[in-house]
Amino acid sequence: MQMDFEKIFERPKTLRPVATHYCPGCGHGIAGRLVAEVIDELNVSERAVGVAPVGCSVLLYNYLEIDMYEAAHGRAPAVATGCKRVRPDLVVFTYQGDGDFASIGIAEAVHAAARGEKISTIFINNAIYGMTGGQMAPTTLIGQKTTTSPIGRTSERAGFPIRMAELLATLDGAAYIARVAVNSPKHIIKARRAVKKAFETQIKGLGYSMVEILSPCPTDWRMTPIEAAKWVEEKMMPYYPLGEFKVPQKEK
Amino acid sequence: MEKKFMTGNEAIAEAAIQAGCQHFFGYPITPQSEIPEYMSKRLPEIGGIYLQAESEVAAINMLFGAAGAGVRVMTSSSSPGISLMQEGISYIAGAQLPCVIVNIMRGGPGLGGIQPSQSDYFQATKGGGHGDYHMLVLAPHTVQEAVSLTMEAFDLADTYRNPVMILGDGYMGQMMEPVEFYKTSSPNLPPKDWALTGAKGRSANLVKSLYLDPEALEKHNLEINRKIQKMRKDEVRVENYQTDDAEVIIAAYGTVARICKTAIKVLRDKGIKAGMIRPITVFPFPYNDFEKLADKMRKFLVVEMSLGQMIEDVKLGLCGKAQISFYGRTGGMVPSYDEIVTETEKLVKEVG
Amino acid sequence: MEKTVEKPLYTNVIMAGFGGQGLMFIGKLLAYSSMKTGKRVTWIPSYGPEMRGGTANCTVVISDEEIGSPVITSPQALVVMNNPSLEVFEPRLQSSGMLFLNSSLITRRVSRKDIEIVKIPANDIAMEIGEKRTANMVMLGAYIARTRVVSKKDIFEGLKELFGKKIRFLDVNMRAFEDGMKYSQH
Repeated sequence: MQMDFEKIFERPKTLRPVATHYCPGCGHGIAGRLVAEVIDELNVSERAVGVAPVGCSVLLYNYLEIDMYEAAHGRAPAVATGCKRVRPDLVVFTYQGDGDFASIGIAEAVHAAARGEKISTIFINNAIYGMTGGQMAPTTLIGQKTTTSPIGRTSERAGFPIRMAELLATLDGAAYIARVAVNSPKHIIKARRAVKKAFETQIKGLGYSMVEILSPCPTDWRMTPIEAAKWVEEKMMPYYPLGEFKVPQKEK
Repeated sequence: MEKKFMTGNEAIAEAAIQAGCQHFFGYPITPQSEIPEYMSKRLPEIGGIYLQAESEVAAINMLFGAAGAGVRVMTSSSSPGISLMQEGISYIAGAQLPCVIVNIMRGGPGLGGIQPSQSDYFQATKGGGHGDYHMLVLAPHTVQEAVSLTMEAFDLADTYRNPVMILGDGYMGQMMEPVEFYKTSSPNLPPKDWALTGAKGRSANLVKSLYLDPEALEKHNLEINRKIQKMRKDEVRVENYQTDDAEVIIAAYGTVARICKTAIKVLRDKGIKAGMIRPITVFPFPYNDFEKLADKMRKFLVVEMSLGQMIEDVKLGLCGKAQISFYGRTGGMVPSYDEIVTETEKLVKEVG
Repeated sequence: MEKTVEKPLYTNVIMAGFGGQGLMFIGKLLAYSSMKTGKRVTWIPSYGPEMRGGTANCTVVISDEEIGSPVITSPQALVVMNNPSLEVFEPRLQSSGMLFLNSSLITRRVSRKDIEIVKIPANDIAMEIGEKRTANMVMLGAYIARTRVVSKKDIFEGLKELFGKKIRFLDVNMRAFEDGMKYSQH
């Protein structure tokens, strides 16, 4: 007897069949996969170019079957600008962590958005420096312990965490700005939709787009993957509310 | 061909355009702002891209992006701005991307001043950024030479997949002279099959400088070094000016070399046979040409708008065979031919 | 400064005054017009903040042969249009060099005895023409009349090319130049 099976789930073509270097329970694997799925769905793998700068983000170039740059710490939006301006037919995105995007590279981030560069940024906010071993990030929450805020971050010593989505949404050049999370299936589905919208915003030439992804880092948070997923929900979301902060006003 | 009367800055910009560079990213700084100004007017007229970056840090990374996408691209700045670009230059060299960087030097350190200087020689020729790399560095001494070297710089960058610097000083940028733009024929350049243009009909390309495995990084650095050794062998350019019968040799580059030419005329009128050796490439440095001269001449005067940077390469070139004296002005002060004449006379009178 | 047939031409001049008096422009015009007659030329400005309101100067070198230094320590001629410029540059003028000074604005006494002094009331002459901004052209006219580096015709052709379509300004600038020439000849 022959049975008919329909394949309803498969590895995206753009995602290489290799093991990643990410820790168990890390959100990067999911985020990278969402990017690959959207590139497949929009059928742009032959004109997609990614920019992966310093941090846990950097090795994305090993996982995606598209042209990619490895960039200096924080400079991905400038590299993407250089690429997109000279080859406007390409679909160019940056894939950056919070140290990269919100600290050392905030000037490049803000100005790429202000200029309305037709690029997309996937911004992984896990409230910590992952690759260097769990130091304080610009997005580290008040009270959160890290290796460089051992008694917990205090505003007196280290100021306040930066809300990049809200900040960039104030800029006229930014066309689509959203914050999503990858700590549960429900949120992952929404996150995928946001990533797709960001790429579509770029392809339509409407301006800069950015999706901030709240993402668990169990290793540096010293938690189990399940505890980390919960921490995103209970600690991060109250300070970093999910939602769309800017959507294209009028599609050209 | 009709001569145009242009500043060095404008001439460098026009030369770049005529060499097929249609993309410029930069940030204003005295004394080179005429380059971005010229580009902002001309490039849109020919369908090119001019973009004023938010900083020199961003500008050099925009070059990284544009060069990585396979186009000819340039930036220009002056000393403090070039310091900000060092990180990006290191990444560009590491990722083996071709581009042209213009430094119209002003006095340092720090904010320094805005008047002409040559005190970025070490930075330009010895690294500046981190890691095992070198830029190819061209040092014109007239506006016309700035034009021809700028045009050539793009071919050299493409040939070696390496950043090339045009090293001028504030006077080189601000001075006006008649210039002609000759169409140069490009050598056979390697195809840019490494460029990021979208992975269509080929496997994906990767532009990177990261090699976590030390064996792989060593291999990569040796590959970069092979290019540098080839530059040392094939790309050295030097001018020997009235050296054949000279009893004393002046070593200088850039605007200072021009001032030395006048000093040499004055010295020869006084009966002192002076000549000059002028490195046109300061990296690769013409060590062999210095060594050849050292076999015949015993006295060398190095003149710089710095407190002694190129002199270290001159010493390496002369291999201890000759007597070396130094005259330098700094901070934006320019050595005059009178001063150079006096210094040369002193050296000639000294018992070697 | 008589031109001799045998000796190739080599001359240089520093022009200095307030920013806005147009010294940079007449320096460029002199260099450009000389280039058009086949000479080698260099023009170097003072640059930076002093251009915006302070003193400004430029150095022009004109030669039949390759020009070495574009920077001149002791110029053969000096065109100065205000007191501070006279103060700075008078000591640097070559012995038996020519000093062209704008006597409308310069009250400072010249102390050198080994130089030739040509005083031109450039602002007054320009006012008579009705365009005070042409005082620079009056000074250039005086300089050309005495040095004959290039001809009046060469300067006018250069002026036409540099001014382009702004023909109204052209006429008044030509007149200022001619009046400067005439004044310096008597």
